[in-house]
Amino acid sequence: MENRKLILSFETSCDETSIAVIENGDTILSNIVATQIDSHQRFGGVVPEVASRHHIEQITHCLNEALETAKVDYNDLSAVAVTYGPGLVGSLLIGVTAAKAVAFAHDLPLVPINHMAGHIYAARFVDQFKYPQMALLVSGGHTEIVYIESEYDFKVLGETRDDAAGEAYDKIGRVLGVNYPAGKTIDEWAHEGHDTFNFPRAMEKDDNYDFSFSGLKSSFINTVHNAEQREEKLDTKDLAASFQQSVIDVLASKTERALADYPVKQLVLAGGVAANQGLRDRIEKDLNQKFSNVQLLMAPLKLCGDNAAMIGAAGQVAFDHKKRTDMSLNAVPGLSF
Amino acid sequence: MKILSIDTSNAPLAIALVEDDQLVAETTLNVTKNHSVFLMPVIEQLMKMASWTPAELNRIVVAKGPGSYTGVRIAVTTAKTLASTLKIELVGVSSLAVMAKDPAELTNLPVIAIFNARRNTVFTGGYQMEQGKLVSFIEDAHMELSELIEKINEKQQPVLIVGDILPEFKNQFETNSKFITLGNEQSSFPSAFQLGLMGAKINPVSDIDSFVPDYLRITEAEMNWQKSHPGELKKSYVREV
Repeated sequence: MENRKLILSFETSCDETSIAVIENGDTILSNIVATQIDSHQRFGGVVPEVASRHHIEQITHCLNEALETAKVDYNDLSAVAVTYGPGLVGSLLIGVTAAKAVAFAHDLPLVPINHMAGHIYAARFVDQFKYPQMALLVSGGHTEIVYIESEYDFKVLGETRDDAAGEAYDKIGRVLGVNYPAGKTIDEWAHEGHDTFNFPRAMEKDDNYDFSFSGLKSSFINTVHNAEQREEKLDTKDLAASFQQSVIDVLASKTERALADYPVKQLVLAGGVAANQGLRDRIEKDLNQKFSNVQLLMAPLKLCGDNAAMIGAAGQVAFDHKKRTDMSLNAVPGLSF
Repeated sequence: MKILSIDTSNAPLAIALVEDDQLVAETTLNVTKNHSVFLMPVIEQLMKMASWTPAELNRIVVAKGPGSYTGVRIAVTTAKTLASTLKIELVGVSSLAVMAKDPAELTNLPVIAIFNARRNTVFTGGYQMEQGKLVSFIEDAHMELSELIEKINEKQQPVLIVGDILPEFKNQFETNSKFITLGNEQSSFPSAFQLGLMGAKINPVSDIDSFVPDYLRITEAEMNWQKSHPGELKKSYVREV
């Protein structure tokens, strides 16, 4: 029992309160996730003050449940890991504050974790990591291509210049009458429709790894509004398919460009939008055809959304790399790699 | 009984260690509102100087609001997590009562504490000493300043006002009531020692997990939603997945 490596991890960057216990960086002993989606659906999106209030309601209950489910006590733990950014400041603060209190109370090392590094480590539950490695991170708040030359050494190659991919899904979802988070429904509709509208593929041919989704969003909204003015009914499923095809084409082509320029052993696909079946299928097909020597690690579906298990997996590696913080740790809403 | 008391409801940060009604250590910072950065380091330092270990603590006493939402949440999150993880007692005290206690004892006047809640509204509560105990005579609430002045005038008794006495508030108090004495700057800081003393005499909360701040105001988003969805209230909006 002496040699158990156990990380207690906290994740509260947006609208999920999550606490987990991870053993050896790759085994989930517990992963409690309390989601606030039902609350924010009232408002059509996450309201920061409401999110903060829900986090404080949940935090100690999730903590106790995580330890009980894992059947471990504080004495067994090696360290406490916590997401300190990026995210909503009020939400981040609940996790950061609670993690500091636990670390102080039990004299445990405190390990600060970047939420985006956490998303990458969701794929650690699929297989061991090999370097160099590439990651395509797609979520409601972020769209990034990250190059990881060696363990825990992250370099952002490209990112979105405006909306994140998931944000674009939510915005066009609103136009189609789909409540936040719209990704799953749009993905389902897309599979039943066809790309008939041929929306723009922004920056697809540009010589960089950046993204832009606001032009696509505007083009989509204009198309729908113009049809409404003509009192013409457009096929919702074709609209969804056309939108999704544009998003996927851009994500896939930029990822290909990065893989061609930076040879890697693995590609990690993670983040909330990585649960999108259309995207998973496309990346898998591309890799098989064009980069058959690159291993694809897709975050498990249940770990694509925000969760503390991925923070614990990243936490173990950060801990081994001697990453530490003291009791003055603050939330950093705009944190980047 | 070893007590750690914490108040970060407003700009000042106040922390004390209190043992058997004696002050062991106390710090008040009025340098910043960045409570997240300073709260735990100050607790750590005070405990070290007092040679207390976390495991020796018996009770956490926290100012539970009203006040700055973020400030109150930092104190309450710290307090409830410490109490839960150390399996010790947790007591919540009104942040307005903390502010009122010292002046009420010193002057023997009924004291009304106010925190600025913007748009000419305040979080406020009235407290006075009765047989050595601080009791409430105006329940903590969020109200228009004019409503508070009306309440004071109805009582027809002199009161002392402490807390966020902004210039525009001062003007309205002086113009609209003859019962009001305004407190000075010294009476506008919370005392963590007083908080610890008060918390020593209150029964601890029975369920730490469900302990949340007293915001005294629902969020704007929820207020608008309730207006457009009358009667539609769910018990819980959060579920485990």
